[in-house]
Amino acid sequence: MTDDLIEIASLLRAEVVKMLTMAGTGHSAGPLGSADFWTALYLGNLINYRVDEPWWEERDRVVLSAGHYCPILYAVLAETGFFPKTELTTLRQLGSRLQGHPVAKMSPGIETSSGPLGQGISQAVGMALAAKLDNKKWRVICFMGDGEQDEGQVWEAYLCAAKYALSNLTVVVDRNNIQIDGQTEDVMPLDSLAAKLSAFNFNVIEIDGHNMADIAEAMERAKVTFEKPTAIILTTTPGKGVSFMENNPVWHGKVPSRAEEILALAELKKQ
Amino acid sequence: MINPEMFLVNDLTKVVKMAMRDGYGEGLVEAGKRNPEVVALCADLTDSTRTDLFKAAFPDRFLEMGISEQNMMGVAAGMAATGKVPFVNSFACFSPGRNWEQLRISVCLSGNNVKIIGGHAGVGNGADGGNQQMFEDIALTRVLPNLTVVIPADYQQAKKMTLAIADYHGPVYMRMTKPKREVVTTGGTPLTIGKAQIFRLGKDVTVFACGAMVYEALAAAEELAGDIDVEVINVHTVKPLDKETVLKSVSKTGKVVTAEEHSIIGGLGGAIAELLGEELPTKMRRVGMKDRFGESGEPTELLVKFGMTKEAIIAQIKELI
Repeated sequence: MTDDLIEIASLLRAEVVKMLTMAGTGHSAGPLGSADFWTALYLGNLINYRVDEPWWEERDRVVLSAGHYCPILYAVLAETGFFPKTELTTLRQLGSRLQGHPVAKMSPGIETSSGPLGQGISQAVGMALAAKLDNKKWRVICFMGDGEQDEGQVWEAYLCAAKYALSNLTVVVDRNNIQIDGQTEDVMPLDSLAAKLSAFNFNVIEIDGHNMADIAEAMERAKVTFEKPTAIILTTTPGKGVSFMENNPVWHGKVPSRAEEILALAELKKQ
Repeated sequence: MINPEMFLVNDLTKVVKMAMRDGYGEGLVEAGKRNPEVVALCADLTDSTRTDLFKAAFPDRFLEMGISEQNMMGVAAGMAATGKVPFVNSFACFSPGRNWEQLRISVCLSGNNVKIIGGHAGVGNGADGGNQQMFEDIALTRVLPNLTVVIPADYQQAKKMTLAIADYHGPVYMRMTKPKREVVTTGGTPLTIGKAQIFRLGKDVTVFACGAMVYEALAAAEELAGDIDVEVINVHTVKPLDKETVLKSVSKTGKVVTAEEHSIIGGLGGAIAELLGEELPTKMRRVGMKDRFGESGEPTELLVKFGMTKEAIIAQIKELI
């Protein structure tokens, strides 16, 4: 199972490279670095959803707060069967459902509009709060970037999540240490993120964001945590899988050229 | 003459003064009774916004968000996405003042069914000074796609409007002022979102007003009666603007004054000017804040100083005629 997931993650990385090259603009490093998490989440049986009934009432809500990661979300949704894979190449083009930053309900699986950072977490808190009020069993998973933690709204939302003891909320932070202007610790120091989240009364789990088994275990632990929300901090390599992109902040908001696409796809094929 | 179909109070010289926020607070409790999905969120201004009434009636459906307006707007959007009907409460200077981006993306772009209640707009926070007096909120909200913008004229209409927006599917911004002001409408006064109301029929000039300025416009019309026949229209929905009613009235009178407790830029006056500029160019004057901030003072003093009174409306009408 884990081997299958690793293989799928590589395929999704290749899809992301193709989508971004075709689009000509977008973000490479985050989507590639988080491909393992997204693969595990949707294809590793970690959340409840119905492909043939995307707005099924009892589905778990996956909120992408860091909207610029959307290429990998679109790729995994297509892989899961929410829409045809052929649609992926329409990313960012006129008339496409796959907007450069996601728009709520525009395509199956897209729960919220995101782009301005920090907005998804508040909406995730709202969903979890509503579920709790109505004793619903579905859970909310909110995916965020580490640079996104600079936004004040994020910490307002964390205070609120802790106040209402939203144990049905799992926040996932991609700790890849880069943002547009460089290393997160240079732009706006964030460490220790784990200590900060613990102080905000979260159940904090730090894992290797490329390890499928760790991801599955952390998600399971979140489900059996009561009285507080869980934060899973994924340590990841930005640009993972494409050697010349890995750990280089330049690739945060840049896409491959045609020549770079060929190199990247060749590397990903070997994995 | 006063439009009999609007069932306004019988004698405009003997009106009672009540606060719009009280009408809202009572309306919200009623909305909560009618629809179990209605919830209220507040950012540490529960009594001031009169959401304390809802909190007392439905403690489980009242959510204290603390002083975090940005998060409050997002939480409301998330709740709306699951089928709740959230009412977001604060002062207009903070919401939509501080959380406009959350209103724009989390609420409007997604079409989430959130009701934003901007209290204490205009000079209401008088003594608190300019930073608490909001004269830019109609402009900020009117520009957002998918958002409906309503401004009740008085206590009674605020109550009725609260029930109307609770039933209406889609994001709505409702603006209110704080002080007790003249109540001109009655339980019998009709109300339809998007349908402007001709409160007074006239032929010489049309005054388009919103909020408490509707009373000022009616008072101005009474004072001028005999000399100048003023039509007064309550534009309680600034967006979508009731173009038909506006154009019909202006075709008749050919002269226009707008009156609002808001900047003359981007608000009701702006909306009317945009419409008339394209469809029926007409000489007009705008009564409102003249591109400036407020300052400390009693609301009544400030209205005089800033020229948002019956007298200011009369002066502008006379200038046009």
